[in-house]
Amino acid sequence: MTQQTPSSPQRPMTGAEIFVRSLIAEHVDVVFGYPGGAVIGIYDALHDISDIKHILTRHEQGAVHAAEGYAKASGKCGVALVTSGPGATNTVTGIADAYMDSIPIVVFTGQVALKLIGNDAFQEADIVGITRPITKHNYLVRDVNELAATIKEAFYVATTGRPGPVLVDLPKDVMATKTIFSYPKTVKMRSYIPHAEGNQKQLDKAVALIAKAKRPVLYVGGGTILSNAAEELTAFARKTNIPVTTTLHGLGAFPETDELSMGMLGMHGTWYSNTAVNYCDLLIAVGARFDDRVTGKTDAFAPEAKKIHIDIDPSNISKNVKVDVPIVGDVKKVLQQLLPQVTALDTKDWRQTIRNWKEEHPLRYRNGKFIRMQHVISAVSEATKGNAVMVSDVGQHQMWMAQFFRYVHPRTHLTSGGLGTMGFSLPAAMGAAFARKDMPVISISGDGGFQMNLQELATIREHNVPVKIIILNNGYLGMVRQWQELFWRKRYSHVEMFGPDYVKLAEAYGIPGFRATTTDQVEDVVKQMLATDGPVLVEFKTVKEDNVYPMIPAGQTYHEIIDIPNDSSAPVNGEQESDLELVTIAKG
Amino acid sequence: MATAAEVPAEQAVHKHTISVLLENKFGALNRVAGMFSAKGYNLESITVGPTEDATVSRMTLVTKGDDAIIEQIIKQLNKLIDTLKVVDLTYESYMERELALIKVGTTPENRSEIMQIAEIFQGKIIDISHKTMTVEATGSGQKVDAIIKMLKPFHIKEIARTGRVALKREFVGEA
Ligand SMILES: Cc1ncc(C[n+]2csc(CCOP(=O)(O)OP(=O)(O)O)c2C)c(N)n1
Ligand SMILES: [Mg+2]
Repeated sequence: MTQQTPSSPQRPMTGAEIFVRSLIAEHVDVVFGYPGGAVIGIYDALHDISDIKHILTRHEQGAVHAAEGYAKASGKCGVALVTSGPGATNTVTGIADAYMDSIPIVVFTGQVALKLIGNDAFQEADIVGITRPITKHNYLVRDVNELAATIKEAFYVATTGRPGPVLVDLPKDVMATKTIFSYPKTVKMRSYIPHAEGNQKQLDKAVALIAKAKRPVLYVGGGTILSNAAEELTAFARKTNIPVTTTLHGLGAFPETDELSMGMLGMHGTWYSNTAVNYCDLLIAVGARFDDRVTGKTDAFAPEAKKIHIDIDPSNISKNVKVDVPIVGDVKKVLQQLLPQVTALDTKDWRQTIRNWKEEHPLRYRNGKFIRMQHVISAVSEATKGNAVMVSDVGQHQMWMAQFFRYVHPRTHLTSGGLGTMGFSLPAAMGAAFARKDMPVISISGDGGFQMNLQELATIREHNVPVKIIILNNGYLGMVRQWQELFWRKRYSHVEMFGPDYVKLAEAYGIPGFRATTTDQVEDVVKQMLATDGPVLVEFKTVKEDNVYPMIPAGQTYHEIIDIPNDSSAPVNGEQESDLELVTIAKG
Repeated sequence: MATAAEVPAEQAVHKHTISVLLENKFGALNRVAGMFSAKGYNLESITVGPTEDATVSRMTLVTKGDDAIIEQIIKQLNKLIDTLKVVDLTYESYMERELALIKVGTTPENRSEIMQIAEIFQGKIIDISHKTMTVEATGSGQKVDAIIKMLKPFHIKEIARTGRVALKREFVGEA
């Protein structure tokens, strides 16, 4: 593995060499990064290492999102490496994003020499101070003798317990100092001992509540996927006959082809999942944190239900909603503990009720001559049968991608949920494509978000990364426009935006590009896109004004749910209401 | 507005003294103080210093909140990677001390009265000049508040207070 550095491990090495050796010891196969003065020694040490692929992004934000995409798609730790000062500050958005969504990444930043710290030295920024509230933990390495152990600890902290980003700041002089390299085999931290197993007393209480439930619902979050527990969750739901709704980050934890699936809940969740939660008598939250986008007004959330909450982070318990039975532990372990203790429930009537709701209030959109985003997503779902890693950006298309794609595998839905970072999709999809060769990786962005990180087209082209890039172009910051339409008297303030010719842009980067402008082209263009080897970019020019429904306005209750209006509020380009076809889809 | 009597017990806001043992590492105080400001928790005083074990620091925090907030504060403190142990002393029997230095403007006439007040509170005069005297007072927060109140009429020029330090009392069993 490390033949290219054949020298004896007893030879004193520079911090830079130790850094590289440590990454190899962590089995890091790809690093997304960007060089500069403070890390030039590290880049020198990387120069002739073939165990680690270094991908030069076109912006440090791109490097961190790529590391996130890699981590989310693979379950391994993502790694980014940047220089001090502006290189480090450019990582802040990505780090905050990873923190909100509990994504295991380690970000290495260069730093000015120790003796210059605090002097306003060239390209100095206190990145440890800046990122303290947005990292799970961070380190400034002050002594080369602590470097290897710090790197070991950084990976350990990032990937265990509730995962999250860890930053390691590397002063230039420390990285030039020599010492003997030895990589610790284990980590011992007396102050950080993540515990995995659920408390038996709590499990017993949960089992008793489950046995009594008549109208139970499993409310499944991203923690289930982070703990690789999709299989256990699916077995649990099927054994107990409990219907399943997932959060945005839970998509993929349970197959949406299963009769028990109710799709996503929350602000833009399905009508029937929110209805089921409103009337359920037992809510089992699995790796979910009662986020405000899920609960709306918290005291009216699942008002009739006893609540069980499985979460690895004790601070998530009873933070937003008081629960009856908290179980602190790793979702996978806890489900493994619970599985043999639960039995099949008779939920026939409850499931029939839900089936009726699905028929009465399926997901709907009106299709016409001009392209609807919902249609494009459905076409991709049909064409791939759920065998694709879908990476969305932030906005209307993100919600439609959550609603209209039928997810069947974990780690196939990647999105910026907690922070809601526009510009996430393209670099994250690129990172995901380095981790996943088994399925196509499809990036879906709005025209607004795409323009925030489109510089990564160059990285994608340079490495021929096979990302299928979809731009859903409505010429608007659509989600903001929707809020302005519904809640701000249609005063469209600074949401309409010009964009470039995306097909020409793709060509300029040497990436094949095509465009669809009418509905009848959608299926063919999707096929053509999937049949293209390597990277490809497709622009769908969509109708300008369309709204995501159902919608529970922020901070309100289930009872304020707005479903799709009975007639189209905005016929497009001369389309008549009578020309429109109501398309319905129900998950499960 | 709800009166105090109408507030359910768990929603009543109380002062809490929390003791935290932390790895004695660079930036530990910042992590704790930063967490309080990021989460918007009240932080009345915070003290930090070494312990009998050189690798461990003890932080004593005085904060305010209802039961749910205090529960979150304790969880968030535990969540910090460098935290070894968190104890809410409020529910224990504990000893607490604060130290204050109070510099008072003096005249030849009121010097002895100030000295008497200091003595009643078991305080010490630790500095004296033609126009000032500085009193050192130690004790519970309440006691320090009281001596300051008593010295108010004498024109207090400057005060320095340490914030609270606290330790759990040991249980004395039957012999
Ligand atoms: C970096 C960033 N800035 C601003 C926002 C606020 N925001 C949320 S959705 C949205 C509109 C996104 O527009 P577009 O990318 O075109 O997607 P669409 O909603 O039209 O599908 C904006 C501006 C954000 N989420 N992220
Ligand atoms: Mg748009």
